[in-house]
Amino acid sequence: MSEPVLQARGLAKTFGHVVGLDRVDLTLSAGEVLAVIGDNGAGKSTLIKCLSGAMVPDAGTISVEGRQVSFRTTQDARAAGIETVYQTLAVAPALDIASNLFLAREQRRPGVLGTVFRMLDTGAMKKQAKQRIDDLGITTLQNINQAVETLSGGQRQAVAVARAAAFGSKVVILDEPTAALGVRETGQVLRLIRDLRDRGLGVILISHNMPNVFEVADKIHIQRLGRRLGVITPRSHTPAEAVAIMTGAATLDPAQDADDLVDTPRNT
Amino acid sequence: MSQTLDTSASAEDITKPRDSLDRRLHGVLHRMPALSPLVVLVIACVVFAVANPRFIRPENLSILLQQAAVVGSLAVGQTLVILTAGIDLSVGAIMVLATLVMGKLAFGGMPDVVAFLIGFALAVAAAFLNGLLVTRIKLPPFIVTLGTLSVFTALALIYAQGQTITLNPGTFLTWSGTVIPIGRFGLTVGVLMMLLLYIGFAYALRQTAWGRHLYATGDDPEAARLAGVRTSRVLLSAYVVAGAVIGIAAWILVGRINGADPNAGLNANLESITAVVIGGTSLFGGRGVVVGSLIGALIVQVFDNGLALIGVNPNYQVLAVGVLVIVAVAADQWIRSVKS
Ligand SMILES: Nc1ncnc2c1ncn2[C@@H]1O[C@H](COP(=O)(O)OP(=O)(O)OP(=O)(O)O)[C@@H](O)[C@H]1O
Ligand SMILES: [Mg+2]
Repeated sequence: MSEPVLQARGLAKTFGHVVGLDRVDLTLSAGEVLAVIGDNGAGKSTLIKCLSGAMVPDAGTISVEGRQVSFRTTQDARAAGIETVYQTLAVAPALDIASNLFLAREQRRPGVLGTVFRMLDTGAMKKQAKQRIDDLGITTLQNINQAVETLSGGQRQAVAVARAAAFGSKVVILDEPTAALGVRETGQVLRLIRDLRDRGLGVILISHNMPNVFEVADKIHIQRLGRRLGVITPRSHTPAEAVAIMTGAATLDPAQDADDLVDTPRNT
Repeated sequence: MSQTLDTSASAEDITKPRDSLDRRLHGVLHRMPALSPLVVLVIACVVFAVANPRFIRPENLSILLQQAAVVGSLAVGQTLVILTAGIDLSVGAIMVLATLVMGKLAFGGMPDVVAFLIGFALAVAAAFLNGLLVTRIKLPPFIVTLGTLSVFTALALIYAQGQTITLNPGTFLTWSGTVIPIGRFGLTVGVLMMLLLYIGFAYALRQTAWGRHLYATGDDPEAARLAGVRTSRVLLSAYVVAGAVIGIAAWILVGRINGADPNAGLNANLESITAVVIGGTSLFGGRGVVVGSLIGALIVQVFDNGLALIGVNPNYQVLAVGVLVIVAVAADQWIRSVKS
């Protein structure tokens, strides 16, 4: 298969006595949707925060397209082409939709106004924001001038998804992006995930919704109590089996582990 | 597309038919936090003008502006810090220390420009210290600046050695006291400096990425951080830039009193906070506009001046400002509250 676009080895993170991540490996190929499932507190969010620069792991390595990286901030991960929808959404309530899309990647006016006076090109950013939202097929956001705090929970989620999908160039990570969405909007996000995959990006989707996971995922990474139990595929297991493994009611036969971990060279 | 819009609008009409006025007011105040203080300012001016026509004489209004210049300038720096959900109790103390350094050095024969630059740099350094303690050691801004308030006040008194310094008017250091007659108005250079600060920072907050990051950081620091804003740097920059503003305020104060006095500007710390709060900027951060603080500073000055003109005991002015602060904070709570 293709070279992994994102790879993590032995990621560990503890919070005092609480183990968030316990030597977790993860491999994501380009053009692949990797779902991460697990009970509450299994370490899913901690895992993706380490991958997106929001948290610095205590141990372990991360590499993007074979090159080892060490993200100190989310900006570092963004610069490497990784965009993330956090579970908490990470939108600025008082700013409008367009400003949120361009938060921390604002565009300045051309010429002296931009270089000397640092003036923002609000018009261009609005136009692009509208264009990108339309291109992504997100119909819940009508007025990009609206402050995010005036939006519904589902609309806010759409803003966060739009931001990540519009700017991700290699990897898009979504931490429960459909939790507050209606059926139609969830369908839009799932379609968006497929579009991203078809464009050759790697997508990591965290979700508690098994039908959704089994609908879009190529592989499913199962996380439990901070550990990676293994990787299955929608063909190798049924949703019921996945839930059984995830909750500890069943164990994963190591022979069925779909992770191509063993073949890839270590990078330390 | 328009269809979905229509349905959502009509659905809202059905569910929320009654309180639309309430909601509209909420919406307007939410978008324009400086609107209510502006209304208060206009009403106060009209009332005082009716009560005593001397109030609107250009001479009186000029004096009023000159009196507001120092606190009005400090309030610009204070606004930056409060927008990050911080507070700086030490702005006045830093300013006084800077005026003493400027005044004493110039009095001792140093060229005015050099004396100014040293005092200015000191103000920036002092504010930088506040910022470092807040961002690196992660102490609450209130506690940090409560401490540095004492430190800088003491340093100012120690450095002054009980002296006040008198400088000649019309020099570089006292330039801000120079009156520029405009018709019957007499604006000082200091007033113009203050207005320039407001124009400059209104621009910086609205039109630059730095401004947006300041709002985003004050509003929800964790969300801003995850969204890629370097929040720690933004916070530190708010204190440091406030320090530069304090340096300018010190210059304005030197020009206003033609020298330096450790006891001048004693109340400026709290007065600057008062101006910001009355001006509609939220103490919880992320909301407000800098011009509101100018309006706030003017409201305080108008009450002071107007009540004196109509012969009211000055203690009532203090009382009125206190009531205004509480009303402003209560209004802010209401404006911030999510519509239920
Ligand atoms: N910032 C933090 N400080 C302390 N403990 C934390 C922190 N973040 C996560 N944890 C702990 O780490 C563990 C894993 O949490 P994490 O948020 O990664 O779980 P999750 O799988 O995303 O759960 P959920 O499905 O509820 O979102 C939990 O026990 C949690 O309490
Ligand atoms: Mg989570």
